[in-house]
Formats: sequence, C-alpha cells, structure tokens
Amino acid sequence: MDKNKNTYKLLCIVCPEGCEIEATEIDGEFAFEKGICKRGQDYARQEIINPCRFLTTTVRIKGGVQTMLPVRTSEAISKDKLAEAMQQIASIETTAPIKLGEVICSNVANTGIPLVASKTVAAI
Amino acid sequence: MQIYDVAIIGAGAVGTAIARELSKLSIKVVVVDRLNDVGGDASKSNSAIIHTGFDAPPDSLESRMVVNANPLYDKLCCDLDIPFKRTGAVLVAVTETEEAELPSIMAKAHANHVDDLEMLSAKEVLELEPAVTPDVRGGLLVPRESIIDPFLFVVALAENATANGTEFLTGWEVSNLTFNENEYTVESPKGEITAKFVVNAAGLFADKISSFLGIDDFKVHPRRGQFHILDKAAPIGTKRIILPVPTKVSKGKICTPTIHGNWLIGPTAEELDDKTATQSTPEGLSDIVAGVVKLVPGVDARYAITQYAGLRPVRTPGGYHLRTFENLPGFLELSGIRSTGLTSSLAVARYGCEKLFKMGLSNKYKKHFVSKRQAIPCFREADEKARNKLIKQNPLYGKVICRCETVTEAEIVEAIRRKPGATDLDGIKRRVRAGLGRCQGGFCGMRTPQILARELDISIEEVTKKGTGSEILDGTTKSLRA
Amino acid sequence: MKKTNCDVAVIGAGPAGLAAAISAYENGARDVILIERDKYLGGILQQCIHNGFGIHVLGEDKTGPEYAEHFIQQVEKLPINCLTETMVLDLSENLTIQASSKQGILHIQPKAVVLAMGCRERTRGAIALPGKRPAGIMTAGTAQRFINCEGYLPGKKILILGSGDIGMIMARRLHLEGAQVQAVVEIMDCIGGLSRNLVQCLQDFDIPLYLRHIITDIRGDKRVEGVDFAPLGDEGQPQLDKKISLDCDTLLLSVGLIPENELSKKAGIQLDKITGGPIVDKNFHTSVPGIFAAGNVAQVFDLVDHVSICGMQAGKSAAEYARGELEHFSESLSKVKAGPGVGTVLPQVLSGPADGPLKFYLRARQVTRKALLQLRNSQNEVVFKKKFRTVRPAEMISVTADNLDCSANEYTFELIGEDNG
Ligand SMILES: Cc1cc2nc3c(=O)[nH]c(=O)nc-3n(C[C@H](O)[C@H](O)[C@H](O)COP(=O)(O)OP(=O)(O)OC[C@H]3O[C@@H](n4cnc5c(N)ncnc54)[C@H](O)[C@@H]3O)c2cc1C
Ligand SMILES: Cc1cc2nc3c(=O)[nH]c(=O)nc-3n(C[C@H](O)[C@H](O)[C@H](O)COP(=O)(O)OP(=O)(O)OC[C@H]3O[C@@H](n4cnc5c(N)ncnc54)[C@H](O)[C@@H]3O)c2cc1C
Ligand code: SF4
Repeated sequence: MDKNKNTYKLLCIVCPEGCEIEATEIDGEFAFEKGICKRGQDYARQEIINPCRFLTTTVRIKGGVQTMLPVRTSEAISKDKLAEAMQQIASIETTAPIKLGEVICSNVANTGIPLVASKTVAAI
Repeated sequence: MQIYDVAIIGAGAVGTAIARELSKLSIKVVVVDRLNDVGGDASKSNSAIIHTGFDAPPDSLESRMVVNANPLYDKLCCDLDIPFKRTGAVLVAVTETEEAELPSIMAKAHANHVDDLEMLSAKEVLELEPAVTPDVRGGLLVPRESIIDPFLFVVALAENATANGTEFLTGWEVSNLTFNENEYTVESPKGEITAKFVVNAAGLFADKISSFLGIDDFKVHPRRGQFHILDKAAPIGTKRIILPVPTKVSKGKICTPTIHGNWLIGPTAEELDDKTATQSTPEGLSDIVAGVVKLVPGVDARYAITQYAGLRPVRTPGGYHLRTFENLPGFLELSGIRSTGLTSSLAVARYGCEKLFKMGLSNKYKKHFVSKRQAIPCFREADEKARNKLIKQNPLYGKVICRCETVTEAEIVEAIRRKPGATDLDGIKRRVRAGLGRCQGGFCGMRTPQILARELDISIEEVTKKGTGSEILDGTTKSLRA
Repeated sequence: MKKTNCDVAVIGAGPAGLAAAISAYENGARDVILIERDKYLGGILQQCIHNGFGIHVLGEDKTGPEYAEHFIQQVEKLPINCLTETMVLDLSENLTIQASSKQGILHIQPKAVVLAMGCRERTRGAIALPGKRPAGIMTAGTAQRFINCEGYLPGKKILILGSGDIGMIMARRLHLEGAQVQAVVEIMDCIGGLSRNLVQCLQDFDIPLYLRHIITDIRGDKRVEGVDFAPLGDEGQPQLDKKISLDCDTLLLSVGLIPENELSKKAGIQLDKITGGPIVDKNFHTSVPGIFAAGNVAQVFDLVDHVSICGMQAGKSAAEYARGELEHFSESLSKVKAGPGVGTVLPQVLSGPADGPLKFYLRARQVTRKALLQLRNSQNEVVFKKKFRTVRPAEMISVTADNLDCSANEYTFELIGEDNG
C-alpha cells in the first residue's frame, strides 16, 4: 500500500520564518508535519507538482536612452521552460519608446504568458 | 628603417630617467617596454620612498648613486609637478639588542656621507610620533627620507621626455638584440629598431637582455615584497616613515604614509625563482601586519583597502653594475638596481649619460629643452574658486567619476590624451587615482571603461585592465543563448 | 557665493531618497531638493531587474525598475526639484551642502537634510584576498550593472565568492544568460543572503555552494585563469590538503555591503560601530540636529520595502524639523543596545515621550531556531518579548514595541535560542 509514497524536503520561502517542510505524498495526497501553515502547504504542493518562477531578464532596445530594457514574464512560468524562454528572448530586439508594462512578446516559450517591459524607456 | 641614436630597453624609473636626461640632447631616442604602459615592473610596486642612502653599503656604487640622487628630487619634482614630500623617517628600536645597534647605524650613515641623522631618546621618538609603540627604547631621525608618487614620477619623466622628442613604444617586448659592426638591432614580435647605442634598463630581465649579446656572467632573480594599503581614514596617526632596525637580510617591514594620505605597510622579502610571481599570499599578508604592529600598534588589516606585491631584481653577483663592454661599443648595462632604484634612478641616469658620452654619444645640448611639465589639474585638491574655474573651462570637471578619490571625467580624459597616455584601466588608475580609493573601482569601474572606449575609439569589449589579454568584459549578453 | 535655500534637501535618489522626498513634500515642506549623482533616479534598483520588491509596501511582487518607477512617477508629479548628475561633495554641521555639477559648484542651505546615499560593496582589498591581480575580478554589483544595464558579460566561466543576495542573484542571472557558474564559495557556515535566493538562484540550477571555504589563491597574469579554495578547519585555518582548484575566467565578489558614510563623517555625525551607519532615533534623526538618515546609509536592509518605510518617516520628520515642530534628541535620552545574539539594532536612541508604538529593525547574529527576542530595561526587567520559529542573520527582524519609557533608560535586545534558553 506504500507503493506511491514519496517524501520531499524543501525550504519554504513564502515568509521569513523559512520553515523546512517535510511533505509526504501518498497516492497524490500530501501530508505535512504539524505546524506547517496553509501558505507553506500550498507552496510545497506547487513546488512538487509544477514549480514556477518569474523570469526576469533583458532585451536589446534600439533608439532609446539606454541599450537594454529590463523585462519580466507577467506571471510565473514553469521552471523547466526557463532555458527555452531565454533562447527565445535572446533574439528579440525592440524599439524605444517603451512604456512600463508594454507587451514585448505575447507568448513566452509556448506558455501563453507574455513578456512585459518592467521599465519605461524614452526615445532619444 | 628608422635609425635611432639611443634605444632604451625598459620604461621603469631607470629607463625613463635616462630617457629624460638624454632628451636634453639633440639626438633621437626611443624607449621600448614589453608592458602596455610606462611605469616599469618594480618601479610601480615598491615602498615609494626616496632614500637618503644612510644605510647603504658604504663605498659602494649604490651608496654613491642613492646619496647623490636624494638632493635632486626637490627641483625635479617642482619642475615636473610630481607629488613629493620630505616627511623624514624615524627608525625605531624596540628591543635592547636593537637599541644597541643604533650607534653603528649612525656610524654607517656617516660613512655614507649622510651626516644629518639625529639620535633620539624614547621620549623624543614618542613626541615626534605618538603612535609608535610605548615599548620604544630609542631611535634615529633621518630627516631627508621622503615619499613620492612612484608612478607619477615615471609618467612625468616619460611625458617630459616625449615633449622633448623621445618616442615610447609600449607592448614591445625585446626578443633579440644583435650587434653588427657599429649598430644594434633590437628585435621584437612587433618589429625591429636600429640604434647606435643601447641601454639595458630591463630590471628583473636585465640578464636576459644582456645574454642576447653573449653576456652571461650574472643572473637576476626576484625577491618579492608584499604590501597592504590602508584606508585614509584608518586611525594610524603617524606622519613620518617608521622604520625598524634593519636586520642582515632586509630593511624590514615599515609603515609609511603615502603621498596621497593612505598608509603603506610592508614589504615582505621572499626569495623566488618565478619572475611572474606577483601574487600576494595569506602568510605574507599576515606577516606584514605581525611585523608592523611591533612598531605601530594601531595598525590593523581591517583598514586595508588593497594589496600588491613587487619583485626586487636581485643580481648575482650582487650590487649595482652600471657597465660598458670593450667588445660592445655603445652598449650600456644598468643592472643590480635592486631595492633603491626608485631613488637612485636620477643619479644613475646622469652617470649613465657620462658613460654613453665616453663611448662617443654626441653631448650637444638642445637650445630649446622644455624643462617643465604640468600635472593634470586635480579637482580633489583644488579650492572652490579653482574648481569653478576648472568646470567653466571644461564642464567635464563637474562630473565626478570616482567618488572615493573625487576624480572627474575631465581628469580621466586628459590622462588618456596625454603622451604617453593611459590606454587601459591601470594606466588611468595610476595617473589620476580613479579606482584607487576605498571602493576600489566599485562605482567608477563601469564608467571609466566607457570613457576609455570613447576616447580611444574602441568598443568597450576591447577595454583592458593592463593590455591585450586582460579585457575586462567577454562578449555581450544574449550571445550565449542565441 | 550664491546659496540656494530650501526646506528639505535629500541626498541620494534610491528608494530611501525617493520616499523621503515625497513624504517631506506631503508633510508640508515646500521647497524640496532631491540630489542624485547618477543621470537617472532610482539608485541601485535600476540594475536589480529581478523581482522580489514591494510585497509589503505595494502588495505586489515587482522588479527593481518597476518598484523604482512607481516612486519616480510620484516624485515627478510633485514640484520636487531633482538635481541629477550632481554629486554632493561636502556637508557641514550647519547643514550647508556643497555639490559639483557641470554647471559648477552648488551651495544649498536647507533647513533639514535627509541622507540617503545607500551603500557600497566590500572589495577584494578589504578582505585581503591573496593571489594575483588579473582582469576578471569584480564585485557582483558592478557585474550586475554591466550585464543588466549595459548588456555585457563579465566572463563565461564564473566563480562567486560570498553568498550574499547579490552574489546568488548574479549566479542565476549569469546561468540564465548561458554562462557557466562553477560554484559559490562562502566563508561562513550559513548563506549570507535570503533563503528564497538560495532556493531560486542556486538550487534551481544545481549551482554548487561551498560553505566554510575560503579562497587561497587566484591564478592568471592577464585575465583570471583559476581560483583555489579550501575548507576551514576547526581553528578557522584553511585545510590546504583538501584544496579545490577550479578553472574560471571571472571571480565575482559578494562579500558584504558597507553604508556609504563619507558625507556623514564630514558633517560630524556619530556613527554606530556595528551598523556602520549613523546612530538614529525613531524619526531617523542623527546626532546632528536637522540631519536625518534613511535606507542603506543607516543600516544595510534586506528588503527595499523597509527602506521605503524608513525613507517616508525620515522625510516626514525632516519636514517637521524644517517647520520647527520637531526637537532633536538630547544626550540624556534612552539608548537601545544590541545584546547577546543580536547583531544590529535600529533605532539606537529613543527620543520624546512614549507616545505609542515604536518600530525596531534588528539582525540576528546567527541562525537561531525557536528564538525568543526580549527587550530589557536598565532594571533588567523584560519589557517586551516575541517568539520566532527561526531567525537568520540575512533576514531582518522588525518588531513593534509599545509603551516604552523613553526617559533615560538603557534598553538591550537579546535573542535566546531553544538550546541555551
Ligand atoms: C618591494 C619593493 C620595495 C622597494 N622600495 C623602494 C623604495 O622605497 N625606494 C627606492 O628607491 N626603491 C625601492 N625599491 C626598488 C626599486 O623599485 C627598483 O630598484 C626600481 O624600480 C628599479 O627600476 P628599473 O627601471 O630598473 O626596473 P623596472 O621598474 O622593473 O623596469 C624594468 C622594465 O623593463 C621592462 N622589460 C623587461 N624585459 C623586457 C623586454 N624583454 N623587452 C622590453 N621591455 C622589457 C619591464 O617591462 C619593465 O617595465 C623597491 C623594490 C621593491 C620590489
Ligand atoms: C544587488 C541588490 C539586490 C537586491 N535585491 C533585493 C530584492 O530582491 N528585494 C528587496 O526588497 N530588496 C533588495 N535589495 C535591497 C534594496 O534594493 C536596497 O536595500 C535599496 O535599494 C537601498 O535603497 P537606498 O535608497 O538606501 O540606496 P540606493 O538605492 O543605493 O540609493 C542611493 C543613491 O544615492 C546616490 N548617492 C550616493 N552618494 C551620493 C552623493 N554624494 N551625492 C549624490 N548622490 C549620491 C546614489 O547614486 C544612489 O542613487 C537589493 C539590493 C542590492 C544592492
Ligand atoms: S510554512 Fe508558513 S510559516 Fe513556515 S515559512 Fe512557509 S509560509 Fe512561513
């Protein structure tokens, strides 16, 4: 009956407490030690099933007061997609002016999640 | 092909001093150096003291050169606008044995014709230098021991020589030297030079240069000296150079103010074989502190802002050898200038010229020798009126690039545009101190490369720390993922 | 000599300075001058393109530039006089500011000053790293600027010394750009930065972390060719027989931040030996009447949110002082000290009547589980306590204590762990 039992150890980063969470997965159901709060449990579940990260990087920008534009995914994307996303982003070049929040690429690494500017860059 | 009257190999203190001396004559002179900049090897990493020669081996050529050179600095530093200060030194005896040594050190000074030393009681030492250890038993005051900016010294000599027609070739490593009839051919991977006279001022590599001409009666090996530089704000409190009683092996570890208001502690004395061994080591660095706290207890490695190491060119057989050779007319070898060469260079230069004249170099002096050189106007040291004037003349003086040393963009640009000018980050650092303060370039580290790239009309990726191979950046972002 | 008069002058336009300028204006100061040496406002946030900013203040997880822009827009809407590319060179005890700009030397005479100059990174020299001095050694912050703002890579095979936040963030950034991050080497037995950076910057990409190791040699004459590091023995000496040699072309240093206090020293402000910043009261008033200090200049913070909150308080206090409504603390007032287990504490002095809750920022000395934080008065009575499951040096603790008697008391914070308490 224990054939689908997995244990995971992870460091919760949701709040400054930084609990070390031990989670046990039995047949897709998660069990936690006592004292792990709800937010921590949600975090652990997500980290185990599909860890997601915001990707923050830069793209080249022409005609602006600076040459690099900081960008981010508007939502967290799956951790496995980060490398693919970086590859895709490497060839993007945009043109100033750009406003904070403007969509630079509508679909990062086929996640359906857009890449947006995280800064306003004026044209020269 | 260019034929020079004199080719000087090595643009350290010795090479540039003789170049400046020769630039007074109506002849064509070239100085070559393997490094990317003038400044030398040993000449840029030493204790920065202009010695009096009080402790030199009496009756030696070294004693004669150092003792004669010391008085020349007041006028030269005034003419060439070089930071120089006659601080004086206090030699401190801490143990009974050391105290017993003092009279013989005094006697040695007299033997070297340095007659202005003063014997000090413990009380007198502490009155002059309250930061010295309370355990002091006595000491000596050496009034004319002085401090200088060693790099600006060499740069000023080189700039002034250039103003008088001398050429400098940097990044030019001599790979062979041959004598044919009455000319020398100096070879390097970058090309060839022909000259009637050749001066070997290659310091640590003087043996290699002489060996090209079949001279193999000596060797040069490095004796490393490591240093710590301490923050200007460190509570050290000494005003003079603090010297220990020298031992048989070395002058010992000293604590000296620098001309720019920091403190310098060191050096170590480590015999090595590897002529590139300029690294600092954990043991060396802690030895320095352990040694110097005996003299000045307030010294602490926590105040360190940077470290460096220099290699003294130790000649075997030892001693200064400033020699010519009967079978090699026109060749002058300046070797064995080990631990006093920053000082002696001015005297060595004049002595060397005489030797060249004896070998037939024309001693016709120029009518219009430019004897003076002006330093780059320094914003940090200017008062408010002068600062406003500088900014008015050149708005780039209003743009502070190095926050710790308050160096402006105008000064950096000028350091690049002068001749021979800075072509890399180290060159700028040494000329105008951008990046030499306590943040060590943390703030200006990215602005200075941009200015260098703009002024030299190169891309920022081509900007180096100290010549080709020492680029500070390596490609653009995105390129590895493209 | 022409002097510009104003109510409040803020030095530095990072998050602390931006918040201070806004809050000074909103609290009634009319002439507010914000002085910044860089071309743009925003301070260090310009180059911190990663997220993790603003969760407390804006309720959103923003990147550094986004967070900065939020405040810059507010400043731009208000009649605040922003002097960019202007570097303050001198500040005197009577609050005269001397600054250099392309227009010449400026003199500003405010009624109150807020210091918000941020901090600088510790360098190779400060930690006396042995080895050669080739190109390819730089602080992580400098590398961050090159990569994020200028678009250049410092190298392709990277070793990072120090596990501060900037170091770990740069490890991820360089990895994502395709560089090979060989290792992060840390002298302490715990990381120097936040746990979320350990997880998301190192563990995510399997970047090896060597705790309790130090660098014993740097190789390479022109450019870095390799670095040797070794574990520390029980007495803290490197165990050279267990030395690890790695080839790399770049060494990034993330070995600590130091509050930028050159100007504070010039003004004669009393500095706290431990935080490295000025001693302040709850209004962020320094020992010199009329000079306030906020953000990393006062103490290196972990989260920008705290920096902004301090900046707002400092700006408000400065406006009140400029109007003559705020008094400077007197010598006889209460002091707050960092006791056992506590690294730093801010504010260090308590002023004025006990008029409500007081907020403290502390750092723990070491990782402590089941920690009890206590505040004791001169009579050694515990007047405040709070329990924490875990406290870490890298993560600041902020607590609010009520009803403290602020007249001539000496308070001490202490942190007791599960084992020794
Ligand atoms: C630790 C230490 C402390 C010292 N303290 C003092 C002090 O306080 N006061 C003092 O007076 N002296 C001091 N000295 C001594 C002084 O620094 C040296 O004697 C002096 O710098 C020697 O000058 P140089 O020009 O002969 O040699 P260097 O400065 O070494 O110059 C030689 C030059 O030759 C070049 N070169 C070598 N080979 C070639 C080649 N094949 N082709 C082209 N160029 C070549 C090198 O690149 C170099 O630039 C100290 C030395 C050390 C190391
Ligand atoms: C690399 C890095 C990563 C970080 N990551 C995070 C994170 O993920 N999340 C988070 O919440 N916090 C993070 N922080 C912390 C937070 O960003 C900083 O604590 C905050 O930016 C500090 O703000 P400040 O205003 O005190 O200083 P700064 O932002 O440094 O601003 C100081 C300003 O003063 C100017 N200045 C200094 N001296 C003078 C002078 N003499 N004249 C004129 N101007 C002057 C400077 O140019 C600068 O613009 C990070 C910090 C760093 C360095
Ligand atoms: S489990 Fe809950 S309390 Fe613990 S760190 Fe995570 S969010 Fe914080």
